[in-house]
Order: sequence, then structure tokens, then C-alpha cells
Amino acid sequence: MGKLTGIEVSIACSEAVTLCDVDVIAAYPITPQTHIVEHLSEQVAEGHLDAEYIKVESEHSAMSCCVGSSAAGARTFTSTCSQGLALMHEIVMIASGLRLPIVMAVATRTLSAPLSIWGDQSDVMSERDSGWITIFAENGQEVFDLTVQSFRIAEDERVLFPVMLCLDGFHLSHVIEPIELESKEDVQAWLPPYKAKYRLDPDNVLSMGAFAMPDYFSEIKKQQNEALRGTLPVIKEVFKDFGDRFGRYYEPVTRYQTEEAETIIVMAGAFAGTARLAVDTMRAAGKKVGLVTIKVFRPFPFEEITEALAGAKTAVVIDRALSVAGPGGPMASEIRSALYHEQKKPAVVSMVGGLSGRDVFQEQFIELVERAEACVASGKIPQYEMFGVRE
Amino acid sequence: MELPTWKTINHACIVFEAGNSKEYLTGDWRSMRPEREDAKCVKCGECWMYCPDAAIYQDEQGYYAVDYDYCKGCGICARECKHGAITMVEESE
Repeated sequence: MGKLTGIEVSIACSEAVTLCDVDVIAAYPITPQTHIVEHLSEQVAEGHLDAEYIKVESEHSAMSCCVGSSAAGARTFTSTCSQGLALMHEIVMIASGLRLPIVMAVATRTLSAPLSIWGDQSDVMSERDSGWITIFAENGQEVFDLTVQSFRIAEDERVLFPVMLCLDGFHLSHVIEPIELESKEDVQAWLPPYKAKYRLDPDNVLSMGAFAMPDYFSEIKKQQNEALRGTLPVIKEVFKDFGDRFGRYYEPVTRYQTEEAETIIVMAGAFAGTARLAVDTMRAAGKKVGLVTIKVFRPFPFEEITEALAGAKTAVVIDRALSVAGPGGPMASEIRSALYHEQKKPAVVSMVGGLSGRDVFQEQFIELVERAEACVASGKIPQYEMFGVRE
Repeated sequence: MELPTWKTINHACIVFEAGNSKEYLTGDWRSMRPEREDAKCVKCGECWMYCPDAAIYQDEQGYYAVDYDYCKGCGICARECKHGAITMVEESE
């Protein structure tokens, strides 16, 4: 049983990283990630964490340092968001291609233009195809727990992939919540020190990042693809092991009130907390509405999603990211595509909103459900709609 | 050399041995082949100096010969030879 503490979620994330005894942190500050790396730099400066804190001149350098340190066998952490993540993009792909178990917390924030510092999920959605295990936290406790679990998942020899842990900028990063913080002894007993299977070592030479000709490239990419798809059972195993040890269980896809639900809201991240309240209100009024939250977004949990949605008539997928003039919100498009060949499936209604820090209130979730049900009843389902926008 | 499949290829394209690039015969890339005429060659070694791929070596008779396993057929040797001893020939010929 950990110690229940009132703490800012960013600080709890840093505390988790400290407990995980990372060896190297390379990061560049950017709102709203700043508190995470600021606190880690204090932890190192004050001697609470024996790690190299590399101050870099940009996020591109931050991720480059992480690639180097992880390749050398060091447990490595970084954090960023928005323009910072976009600037990292080139190296983000390299980290996963080289199968380096870096953990990165992303305090999700929108991308310019217009310039905005506020939260949504446009930044991580732009990294969908980068080959990172991508996990969304819903509250402060999940941020703490999933930070610890991310290292265990990433470093498992059956995995060896970097993990992107997404926490909603401001709505999670800047709020104070009661969080059960586990002790250093307990965390370190559960997360053994990292012993890299492959690392750059002058006494035992190997080369990483070799050039691949067209007659090799596709085989390497297919190997990476199959390996990432194959990580889901390991992720579940780690989730279960963490639950058995600390009493808090996680699943790639979480269902809330989905039994006999006719309409299911599908989403990822902190706003699901409000959606849960809306579901309670609608259930109390006799409406059969449920909620499915996506915790593990990559590898995409096909079976879990199709199973969770199989009994519903309508699925309202809420994306806090806009695929400009695309086929729908990024998550909605993927879910629609995943369900395409299923016999039993709901109609998928894509709703895009909550952009750049705009709140989505309980009443709006109720309105979204009503709107989606009306679309399905009329048979006229839009490809996607933006909600909460002044007309 | 039999090419590996996605199942047998090294994890993340890691190369475990040092200096194994010599196993990769880059001569496969060539479309034009340099050929030397012994009668014109004066064994000056100019081609050997200019070859960017170190694919020219001196044989037992002192002539400069081409290592076709690594010659990419760039034609620099033929261009630089002051005695016109090297000509580029289509690989198909």
C-alpha cells in the first residue's frame, strides 16, 4: 500500500521516474511538460537521483541523446510535447527502428498554427506511425503507475520498444490530485535494473543504425512491425503483474457501463473522467450508454476494441485532434477501419473537439450521444463533425 | 549469399561483426566495366591512386588490375589514364 499524497501530476510523474532509478535524462523544457523535467533536474541536482541530466539545445538533440544513451545500455527518460515532439519526429522514428527502450512522457498539447500552448492530442496523433508503444493515462494515479510500468514494458526482452506515455497537457499535467506513491524499495523490487541485451560496448563490438539496401529494408520493417504487434500480450502481462503487486489493475481497453449499452463513447485521456460522469447521469435517466477508454493505442488493440463495441448500435468516438480534411478524427478513422470487416459492429460517429484546451463538459457528452444517436437513426452519418464550435 | 527473411534477419538490423562490409560485393552495382590493354599500360599507378573504391590492385606482373567484386564502374580510372590503356565497356557486351 503506497502513501496517499496530494501532489501535482507532473511531479508525481517525475517522482515515478526517480523511483525507477533512470540513468540518463535528456530533455528540453516546453509548456506544459516543463514541471516534469524541472523537477527531475532538481532531483538530480539535489542528489535524490543518481543520473546524468543532459541539458540540450533542442528536442531534436534531446531525443538524439536518448538514442545514444539507450544504445549504450542506460535506462533513459525524456519528456516533451507539441512543437517539441514535432521537432523530435525524425529521431522518434529512429528510436523505435533501433528498438531502444526509451520512456517518454508527453504532456499532450496542440500543434501550431495558430500558436497555442493548450492541451489536446494533435501532437501524439502525428506520431501514430512512429512505431512507439503509445499509452494514454486518464488521471494522476495512472500517470504514476504507467510511468513505472512503461520502463518494465519497454525493457522486456520480448518487447524492446520505446514507450510514449501520454498525459493531457494542463488537464493532467498541472492539476493536483491525491495519488498513491509507492516506496523506492517496492518499485525497485518490481522493476529490476536494466540490463541491455544489445548495447554499444567497446569490448563486445556491434553496430546499430546500419544502412539497409532495398533488398534488406522491407524484411527489417516487417520484423519491427510483427514485433510491435506482438507486444500486446507482454503489456497485459506487465499490467497484471503490477496489479498483483500494487493492487491497481490496468487493461489496454477499459470498459465502463458497456453491458447492454446501445451507445458507447470511445476516447482516450483525461476527458474520459467527465464522460464517465455523463454516462452515470444518462444511466440514471434510463439511457443505455457506456464508455470505452483506450489505454494502449499502439500496438492497436484490435480484438479488445471490436469485442468492447460488438454489442452497441452506436459508437461515438471523440478525438481531441483534427485530421484536417481527412476521413475523420484519427482515432475514429482507425476504429472505423478496424471494425470494417466485423459482422457485429456499431455505426461509428466521429466527433472532433476539446481542441487546444477547450473543455468538454458533462452536458456536451450527453448532447454528443444524442446527436450521434440521431445521425444513426436517420441513416445520415457524417464522416466526422467538429463540436463545441461557434457557428 | 542467401538473403535473410524477416524472421532470420538480425534484431533491429544490428550488425554483430566488425568489418563485414567486405562481404557485400558492391561490384554488383556496375553497369560499365573498365578494361585494360597491357600494351598501352606503363604501370604508372595513376588509376590506383584515383580509384575512390580502392578496387584497383597491382598484380604479379606489376600491372594495375581491377577487383571486379568492388569496382562500381564509375570510370574515373579510364578518364584519368594518360595512356588510354583503360576503356569502359558495357557490362552486357
